[in-house]
Amino acid sequence: MTHDHTTPHRHPNQPDHPEPSSSYELLGVALNELLIEKGIYSADELRTQIEEIESVNVDSHGAQIVAKAWLDEDFLTALRADAADAIRSLGIDPGYTEIMALENTPEVHNVVVCTLCSCYPRWLLGRPPAWYKSKAYRARVVREPRAVLAEFGNDIATDVQVRVHDSNAELRYVVIPLRPKGTEGWTQAQLARLVTRDSMIGVTQAKAATAS
Amino acid sequence: MTSGETPRIGPHDFAGLDAGPVDTSQHDLAQWERVVDAIIYLLGKKGVMKDVAEFRRHIEDLGPDVYERLSYYERWAASAAATCVEAGVVTREELDARAAEIAKRSEAS
Amino acid sequence: MSARFEVGQSVRIGDRTEPRHHRVPAYVKGREGIVVCLCHPQGLPEELAYRESGEPKQTIYRVRVSQPHLWSSYQGEAHDNLEIEIHESWLDPL
Repeated sequence: MTHDHTTPHRHPNQPDHPEPSSSYELLGVALNELLIEKGIYSADELRTQIEEIESVNVDSHGAQIVAKAWLDEDFLTALRADAADAIRSLGIDPGYTEIMALENTPEVHNVVVCTLCSCYPRWLLGRPPAWYKSKAYRARVVREPRAVLAEFGNDIATDVQVRVHDSNAELRYVVIPLRPKGTEGWTQAQLARLVTRDSMIGVTQAKAATAS
Repeated sequence: MTSGETPRIGPHDFAGLDAGPVDTSQHDLAQWERVVDAIIYLLGKKGVMKDVAEFRRHIEDLGPDVYERLSYYERWAASAAATCVEAGVVTREELDARAAEIAKRSEAS
Repeated sequence: MSARFEVGQSVRIGDRTEPRHHRVPAYVKGREGIVVCLCHPQGLPEELAYRESGEPKQTIYRVRVSQPHLWSSYQGEAHDNLEIEIHESWLDPL
């Protein structure tokens, strides 16, 4: 186990449930209290910010982009030209200046990492999962991507190129997984249910049609 | 060519190093982690932090020992505090005093 | 903004020590690759991290590097590759 997000901090940290706190947890709470007292932001603004962050999820955001791209050739073309603009046309705020949609094909499988920190398309997929931020993922997926993908149950055929994207500047990436077989005639809503967060990071494929 | 010929650029630069299997278990955020997570966005919106690069630099400046020891949001808390101190909106003394007060408060309750 | 490099051009990623915060990880420094995409200009992290302007913004290039070129012990397939975003001042022509 790395000393990372996986450290089991489960303190409820509510006034009626006091528990021993790390000095850094205390620092975070102290900072928040001081910033509110000094009027940098209000308690309301903090609550709204948390709600805004937690309102984003793959089902209502990222998955719709993929399902639309699977269904609509014009949208796919727009996505290739300027993904942020195309996403906005669906009524979804991409949250970043520049988004890159990485299309998986029968020849290329894409997978995304931020080796230096945890850059991630939060406004399309929600908060990153713990493993995405972990040392193990960040250290290994660039050097042994096939082994890491296999740990996710995703064995990539040898004739397919594996392409790792290190998200080290201010672009954000979403993978457009391959459309599962047997989904001809499906609606966007049906298709979106096959799209998972992990498939949009590129560690897995979209769900099989039978799983729907 | 192998990694290791070029010096790592900081404690956060471990691409290519050996590491164990990827632990895919879910981590539910504690309330203080949700708060720290949101603070970073508010600091950007309010102009306290001019660019997210400041926040990244303060994480890296924790140094290898602290960086490795802290959990993800502990690092964020440390960096948010350093960012605010550098921006001049709080002082270290205020932070230390308030943290001590909060510790006392939770002991008393 | 005039871009110094174009898509398809071979480039080398800078292999220099930079004591300030920067976003070029060690594993790509000094490696050769091909420009696959020009992206929106961005400020320089070496300055932005210290509350400096970061101006002028620089073109960002997505550079594709072959995996066996990155790692001599690469266990995957020879056609596997990696793409990373590099500021113009960190690239040299080949």
